[in-house]
Amino acid sequence: MPEQKVDSYARRLDRPVQQAVHDNSAAGTEKRYGSLAKDFTDADSLRRLAGAIRQHSIENLDIYLEQAEASLNRNGAHVHYAVTADDACRAVSDILKKAGAKKIVKSKSMISEEIHLNDHLATQGIESVETDLGEYIIQIDGDHPSHIVKPIIHKNRRDIARSFEREGLGDYNDDPQTITRRARDFMRGKYLGADAGITGANFVVADTGRLVLVTNEGNSRFCLAAPRIHIALVGIEKVIPSDSELTVLLNLLGRSATGQQLTVYTEFINGPARKDRPSGPEEMHVIFVDNQRSEILASNCREILRCIRCGACLNVCPIYRQASGHAYRSVYPGPIGAVLSPLLAGKNFKQLADLPKASSLCGACNEVCPVDIPIPDLLLRLRNKAHEEHLPSPGTPPMAGFGILASSPSIWKIAMKTGGLSSLVPLEKLPLPYLSPWLKTRTLPGWRGGQFRSWMKSRNKK
Amino acid sequence: MTPTISKPNGRKIQLMATCLCDAFFDNVAKATVEVLEHAGCEVEFPENQTCCGQPAFNCGDWTASRQVMRHTANVFKGDKPVIVPSGSCAAMLFHGAPLEFEKESDLGTINDLAGRTWEIADYLVNGLGIQKWPGRFQARIAFHRACHTRGTPSGAAAMQLLESIEGIEVIPFGEAEQCCGFGGTFSVSFPHVSSSMGCLKLEHITAVDPDFVVSGDMSCMMHLGGLAEREGKPIKTLHFVQILQAALQNHA
Repeated sequence: MPEQKVDSYARRLDRPVQQAVHDNSAAGTEKRYGSLAKDFTDADSLRRLAGAIRQHSIENLDIYLEQAEASLNRNGAHVHYAVTADDACRAVSDILKKAGAKKIVKSKSMISEEIHLNDHLATQGIESVETDLGEYIIQIDGDHPSHIVKPIIHKNRRDIARSFEREGLGDYNDDPQTITRRARDFMRGKYLGADAGITGANFVVADTGRLVLVTNEGNSRFCLAAPRIHIALVGIEKVIPSDSELTVLLNLLGRSATGQQLTVYTEFINGPARKDRPSGPEEMHVIFVDNQRSEILASNCREILRCIRCGACLNVCPIYRQASGHAYRSVYPGPIGAVLSPLLAGKNFKQLADLPKASSLCGACNEVCPVDIPIPDLLLRLRNKAHEEHLPSPGTPPMAGFGILASSPSIWKIAMKTGGLSSLVPLEKLPLPYLSPWLKTRTLPGWRGGQFRSWMKSRNKK
Repeated sequence: MTPTISKPNGRKIQLMATCLCDAFFDNVAKATVEVLEHAGCEVEFPENQTCCGQPAFNCGDWTASRQVMRHTANVFKGDKPVIVPSGSCAAMLFHGAPLEFEKESDLGTINDLAGRTWEIADYLVNGLGIQKWPGRFQARIAFHRACHTRGTPSGAAAMQLLESIEGIEVIPFGEAEQCCGFGGTFSVSFPHVSSSMGCLKLEHITAVDPDFVVSGDMSCMMHLGGLAEREGKPIKTLHFVQILQAALQNHA
């Protein structure tokens, strides 16, 4: 029988990698729980409040986006809109070319992964260096992130030491401090020589035009210290109404992502340098990227746009822990990715329509989500969409026959009784293709169809 | 998941036995009846019941699932509470069904059934107000909180009753919030991931060496029990109502 891609990826995955992903994710879940429980007596209600804030923000995006644009302009930033990933890439390279910029430094940004910015810049002859340590390792390895917050969750320090040796960053040394120091020494030169710094944004505040960036390495600050130009790539859904909502969202983001009360650096960027604010880049551009988000907003899965990219759903997900991030074949893995990636694929939904199936619908993702996204409901809606579009789903039994059987009580009762005939032949011999994957690793209890019904009847007669 | 608020909580009830109990676990259905009767309930078993329709719902075939759910809503019409010895099937009735009927003209009928459906532990504790269960049952048990009771009072309710029984010791185990790997058709379409999840769960459970593994959902128990048996290390599984039933038998 054909296999589900996520399942066969998980089966072929190296055990040490699977173990690392599992252990790291499980530790993340523990830390998150501990940091929330320590400071909040009712973290659940805070989560619901944050969900309501984000839902309000995306449902009124037309208002807040315009307001954000006006505020950003007032602060002296240039605002651009990009409908597609290509538009977004071109917007970046156009700004860089106009300024004669050849070298850029980049801080971690999921949307830049989403639009494959580095590939595009390479074709334009522009050097782009990832400055987040994890992302830098991904870049030199030609690899892809396998976690939203911990991009190299699938690698160990020996892998990294070999990569550094290969890149000429010193002899083989797998001591984490040495690796970090070498990366820092290398990065300093890149920061100083860069013409532009590219960042994402965790939030854009509509009424003040404030860009909020959270990091743990401080690299985004360096990206904005020496270069003349700052380009921020932002998904249109990142806009929130005002600063006061940040109190809720920032309190949840760090704790959900890494179990920190706050990340080490939280930056508020109020525009480019000017007379009364002399530090920072001279020129600031904010590119709002749609890339299917308007379509998602119009769909019955719009709640996914509440996401603040904390990765808590990945950490807690038993399927992610078994399969790792690359099994999802897309920029966003785990439960959030199983919903978001097929939707972002737009017309190519079909290619990722199997992802929503890669879930036991256990609901752990919803339970930890800082913005209370009903991820299992959205997975179910996408399964329904795939079914309506007649997309194939390997290993999934057809259900039309079940529909008839389970709505015809007389046939149902006969089936319950005659199911017992299965005990006469070994189950493995039955022509039931969907039974064999079960029986390979599991036994079935003996058939006792109709026994309860008879018992109930005999009691009622008494 | 919808919290249970202001649901009808009378003692004349309809039992939805679930298809798994119909096919494999008649003892669990019997225990459910006896436990409910001990609690003073008059149990009606509508003969034409089949399944909650969840297999089709989870596969994305909502047309087939709605066909089954319409049948179910018709079988359980009226105003009596509908009691289900499964957090998963109960959640299908009060959460899944309203989702798949969102745009259907008979959503009202479905919402009516949703508003009368109780998972049994939730009904006993929060519907009938039973705080303690009488009798005695000498065992160390590992309680697996079934995933579809997340966000509902069912898990806490079952734990409360179990812990109130003389002789019961509920022992904690690692990664308890994780799924057992069943997930309905997920278990056959993702056999590797599903089995690996189950084996990990078994590792954690057997590490604390309980006398019984207990849950409010026989689907989880069927999965874990089947895996353990295939591995040649069988475990004893029980539905929590079977413990309530056994405790009653030891009731002076």
